[in-house]
Amino acid sequence: MRRRRRRKVSSVVGWIFAWLAAGLVLFGLFDLLATVVWRGARAFRFSMLVQPTHGIAGGLENAIIGTFELVLIAIVFAAPLGILGGVYTSEFAGAKTASVIRFLAEVLSGVPSIVIGYFGYLLMVLEWHWGFSALAGGIALTIMMLPYILRTTESSLQQVPLMQREAAWALGMTRFQAISRAIWRPAAGGIATGLLLAIAIGLGETAPLLYTAGWNSNNPSWQLTHSQVGYLTYIAWDYLDQPYPEAKNLAYAAAFVLLVIILIIQLLVRGFVWRSSGRGGNGH
Amino acid sequence: MRRVSGASKAADRIFQVATAICAGSPVVFLVAIAGIVVYQSIPTIQFMGLHFVSGTQWNLGSLYGAVTKVHGHEVPAGASYGALVFIAGTMLTSIIALIIAVPISILTAMILAYQVRGALGFVLSILVELLAGIPSVVVGLWGILVVAPWVSHHFGIFIKDILGFIPFFGGNVGSGYGLLTSGIVLAMMIVPIITSTTRDLFLQVPLLAREGGLGIGMTTWETVRYISIPYIRDGFVGAVALGWGRAMGETMAVLMVSGNAMNILPQNLYSPISTMAAFIANQLDSAQTDATGMAVHALSELALVLLVITLATNLIARWLVRPRGARRKVGVSR
Repeated sequence: MRRRRRRKVSSVVGWIFAWLAAGLVLFGLFDLLATVVWRGARAFRFSMLVQPTHGIAGGLENAIIGTFELVLIAIVFAAPLGILGGVYTSEFAGAKTASVIRFLAEVLSGVPSIVIGYFGYLLMVLEWHWGFSALAGGIALTIMMLPYILRTTESSLQQVPLMQREAAWALGMTRFQAISRAIWRPAAGGIATGLLLAIAIGLGETAPLLYTAGWNSNNPSWQLTHSQVGYLTYIAWDYLDQPYPEAKNLAYAAAFVLLVIILIIQLLVRGFVWRSSGRGGNGH
Repeated sequence: MRRVSGASKAADRIFQVATAICAGSPVVFLVAIAGIVVYQSIPTIQFMGLHFVSGTQWNLGSLYGAVTKVHGHEVPAGASYGALVFIAGTMLTSIIALIIAVPISILTAMILAYQVRGALGFVLSILVELLAGIPSVVVGLWGILVVAPWVSHHFGIFIKDILGFIPFFGGNVGSGYGLLTSGIVLAMMIVPIITSTTRDLFLQVPLLAREGGLGIGMTTWETVRYISIPYIRDGFVGAVALGWGRAMGETMAVLMVSGNAMNILPQNLYSPISTMAAFIANQLDSAQTDATGMAVHALSELALVLLVITLATNLIARWLVRPRGARRKVGVSR
């Protein structure tokens, strides 16, 4: 009898610890969000959105436009490579080839971001004489995003039932016609989700850009090479080190803007997944 | 049956080749990264030899003074590139992060997998994934604003009072920028990775096995302890290794809270340190001032060491979490 009580007590104690751990994680998350939002919202001025950085203060316009330019360049490369690569892995490759591609994509995603940045510096900035530039930064971000897009595309195509392919083939479609007219449709939501999350990853990256994009306190010149670009995460990191309160405020505001954009993307995506998985519907 | 036109056949062929090329792009990037980083490291490898991983002095030498010639490479006089401090920093911070993150992650994963369901479970899972998506500079900002002062004024002193008699835990708590703070911030970044992988593993444990445990009178805790955890052990070790690789490669958050120490090994748990990744980022301006270019090559070798360590960890992780199809598909998983 006493033994049973002891086991019951240890079960309860164990679960209490588990709940405490989960509570600790949630507390950390909320503390992080609250700290950044509290500091950022007080430092943020709407005029920052239309002013470029100026000395130790000013606005964020150059960084916001620069961030979007870099992510745009990255997605222009990463989306076709990743989506078509995912199509090949799912639709054409044999089981063995597919697992090799999947493995290599995962290895690539395990490469530390600073190594990718330094590789971009050695190859594009120095060897190819592009200087710190939008294109070098964009390609470094491409390497970060590519494995992610490839994997999500492949796994959402894998969820399309084989019967749908067989139906398309039975109509006399080639594999290309089947993919471009029928099979991509059910997978489109998953692919779009992957793209959005890849954009969110790209927006928040700093390390690959330090050695490739450089820094510029003017608005981007839209020149691909030989022109440095500013970006939000640089302000959030570099201006924090300055001893002036204006500079620190700009860093808080940059982190705040970044966090808001990324949270919006994340919540959009989760909301989409929520609805498409049927959990949000009234079916249950 | 409809005849397929020649044009369609050609389009099909072209499409297949195009997708195959795109699918090959990860390997192109991998080979390019490894090739460039290795090639650019050669001068430093010849100059420093094994002292690169055993030396503790990282000194760019006299950048405006004499240039000496060693093994056919021009080097600033007095230059020395010893990366042991950064290798030790990377290892220590990531191990502290694991010590904090592993128990928290496995317990949180238990809650997510077995204790909550429906809307609450979905929301909690989203929050954990949201944490994974927060940019590392924002986590670093939180580290500077919250964790470093807390370690300096409360947590560090608390640890020192309790465990101070153990050599590494004693000493001066300092400003809060250092090993312990870096470990805590890194833990914050790898908890979501380990937790979500472990939750998925827990959900793969066959329901019949868990019901069997309850059926012979185990408590729910004992079911998890004696049935679920042994079942997922290999996968869990893989998830931990995955988080470890991420912790070693993390740059910005560590750069912001580590104190950026050079040329001195950490003396205690609160000493300023630097990791390989953070140091590469930190040297952005200095490396470019070396006219001989040796500093750039030295950072390249540092990147190479980091790449080799993280990839080895990742490969072990993949090997451990590889799906063992037949065994997992038994029974009814949720």
